[in-house]
Amino acid sequence: MNTLKNSFREILRYPSAIVGSVVILLLVATAVYATVKIPYKEAIRLWRGGEEVWYRNPKFAPPTWINFFSSTKLPVSFAVDTSNGTMSKTVTPGAQGTGTVAISYSFDFQYDEPPQELFLYFTAKYVQKQPFASVAWLTPDGRKIRIDDFGVSQRQTFPFSQDQRLQQRLNGQDPMQALFTDPKTHAIVKGEYQLQLVGTTFEEGSDINTEFVFHGRLYGLAGTDQARRDLIVPLLWGTPVALAFGLIASLGTLVLTMVIAAIGTWYGGWVDELIQRITEINLVLPFLSILILIGTFYSRSIWVILGVTVLLSIFTGSIKSYRAIFLQVKESMYIEAARAYGASDFRIIFRYLIPRMIPLLIPGLVSSVPAFVFLEASLAVLGLGDPVLPTWGKIINDAETNGALYKGYYYWILEPAALLMVTGFGFAMLGFALDRIFNPRLRDV
Amino acid sequence: MAVAETHPQAVPEPVTKPASTSTLVRVARYTAVRLLTLFVTVVIGIYLTILIANMGGYVDQIMKGEIRDRIQTMFITSPSFQKLSPEARKKLMEESIALEEKRLGLDIPVAVRDARYLTSALSLNLGRALNMTSDSGSKEVRLILLERLPATLLLAGISELFLFFTSVFLALSLSRRYGSFWDKLTITFSPTSSAPPWFYGIFLILIFAAIFRVLPFGGMVDSPPPRNPVDYGLSLLKHLILPALAIIVSQIFLSIYNWRTFFLIYSSEDYVEMAKAKGLPSRDIERRYILRPTLPTIITQFALLAITLWQGFIITETVFLWPGLGRTLYQAIGLYDIPVIVGSTIIYAYLLAVTVFLLDFVYALVDPRVKVGGS
Repeated sequence: MNTLKNSFREILRYPSAIVGSVVILLLVATAVYATVKIPYKEAIRLWRGGEEVWYRNPKFAPPTWINFFSSTKLPVSFAVDTSNGTMSKTVTPGAQGTGTVAISYSFDFQYDEPPQELFLYFTAKYVQKQPFASVAWLTPDGRKIRIDDFGVSQRQTFPFSQDQRLQQRLNGQDPMQALFTDPKTHAIVKGEYQLQLVGTTFEEGSDINTEFVFHGRLYGLAGTDQARRDLIVPLLWGTPVALAFGLIASLGTLVLTMVIAAIGTWYGGWVDELIQRITEINLVLPFLSILILIGTFYSRSIWVILGVTVLLSIFTGSIKSYRAIFLQVKESMYIEAARAYGASDFRIIFRYLIPRMIPLLIPGLVSSVPAFVFLEASLAVLGLGDPVLPTWGKIINDAETNGALYKGYYYWILEPAALLMVTGFGFAMLGFALDRIFNPRLRDV
Repeated sequence: MAVAETHPQAVPEPVTKPASTSTLVRVARYTAVRLLTLFVTVVIGIYLTILIANMGGYVDQIMKGEIRDRIQTMFITSPSFQKLSPEARKKLMEESIALEEKRLGLDIPVAVRDARYLTSALSLNLGRALNMTSDSGSKEVRLILLERLPATLLLAGISELFLFFTSVFLALSLSRRYGSFWDKLTITFSPTSSAPPWFYGIFLILIFAAIFRVLPFGGMVDSPPPRNPVDYGLSLLKHLILPALAIIVSQIFLSIYNWRTFFLIYSSEDYVEMAKAKGLPSRDIERRYILRPTLPTIITQFALLAITLWQGFIITETVFLWPGLGRTLYQAIGLYDIPVIVGSTIIYAYLLAVTVFLLDFVYALVDPRVKVGGS
């Protein structure tokens, strides 16, 4: 226990160990935050969700902070809704059960390009007589453009760009250009725009609610992918998945390797021989190919892949180096003493042999984490990622299959890659420092 | 590839002039036992690979389903079959399915087929691929693999050889002045090796192909390939830079660090201190007192590195669309092409076994303290 305490004090003398520990702590905090903020079921619903979940987001939208680094400011997406009060709505009852619903929304537009698309999503309540809505658009320079007038069914979508009548009224111009530019100079008009919607209801209890969706060219903190998904979900949730995979694989491999090496050395004879032979056979097996085979034919579940990874990683060169150390420890006096007082084999292996190795285990444990984190990402990049869970590797895979590098969606690859790199380097830095602390032979060199 | 039909007694003795009969007997016995265990290891390893490659018959179900699907679609869409009566068409279809299954050997029980794969693989009769063809149109596994070998040797060979010699050389010079700025720099950067080559590959593609547009995104030569051999070579070189750089960047720092630490342990031995005290030139010390005892390790590392070249870099080759063995192996898995997977594995297994076997003798040659078969 004292040695551990001393080692801990020692860690503080290595700057790389401090940086590594801070990175790991931040990752753990992110993982906890992700799992608390977005529960597992919700994360899966969001990640697997289609248009019905993500219709508010544009496709392939870079994150909003891109604007800080760019001279042309791109419009940021948003969505407002009358049913949750983000868009103002006043209802004035009229005669004979009729009513007027006035909805308006003003927003400040200070960007250099028009948005991708505008939508109005209507939900109307009525029994027989459809309500009626007329939509108008007010530009900062005082023009008022009539968008359209139509009867509203119970659920209705109005995409601005695809409306034929609007396009005719704008002399065949693309509505997104026409609504946001000056008709003479064709320059973007900046300032406060207003959407005005006047609805008329013809029944008692009839009502209109609408959602105004502005598909800009940027979205959120992390951007979106080909399925309009907010990348913040897989980026956040990739953290606990990567940490869990890396730590479980690393811990499982190391503990099992050590226990098997200890048992082999202690009993010797055919047990030891068998372990040696299995190790040699395992060297012949193509590790990555087997994982790809299992991913292709059998199961892509991250837990199956984890199990196979651990199984194939046990009988490798490290079992031989543990064996060499155990052979030395086996001859020590205190083992002799334990044997003399009649300790069982089990007791000697688990109380005397293995605890001796724990200091050696810790650096290895930390420094093998990145390899497993990257292994999971590698399989995902080959298209063999877990079909359900959102992971960093899957984001890279999606980006690669959608040609992100060719089309210039760099954010899509750089965000998960940066997280992978931070994770890998964090664990590797701490591992390196621990190795120098726990293996004093390396300390001076 | 004489190893395939190895019999313990048929192996020539590496010792030309026996010092004594006891040495000869010892070496012979050791050779026999060693060859036998290595052979058994290879057999079990290959058999396991075959078992995994068809998931104990599970892949048969997938393949049968695909054959049925494909032939049914062919019968439905092709107009020439529409003239036949439904019964005749159905009969013809079933016959075609049975024929296709027979062609792929699916009519034979899995266990028998596995045994056949094993025996023909062990005798290096790699057979014919199920679905893949080589670029020249052959279905011979041997040709498919041989066709891709130069591409892998070019990429993996150049980058690994560069890595090996650069890191050994730099490590030696760093071990001479540890604690220097360059030494500390190497230590600081060694965690970068925790990321695999494809990871750096993506960054390199992003910078040099996507943003600056100076190097190609992937592939091995321009399309169409230049006729002139000089242009062809230049085009090859242009495509080689990024993947080779990715492999080198991802490993160089850790490799230098490991070799440096290894040399440092040897250079703190008493006899090295003694040599220094005697005032020997540092070049001599390096060559005779540090490199000599570390030679077995260097040779082992080099030999193991050379045989890993055979498997190529599966993911790096896939990311860079490099037509090497690694990408072929990945394609073979996607096409359920067991003969190609087994063929690639058996050659690796044999190369490994032969290397491991020869290394024992190399140690004895390099290091007089080591005796072949000595305990």
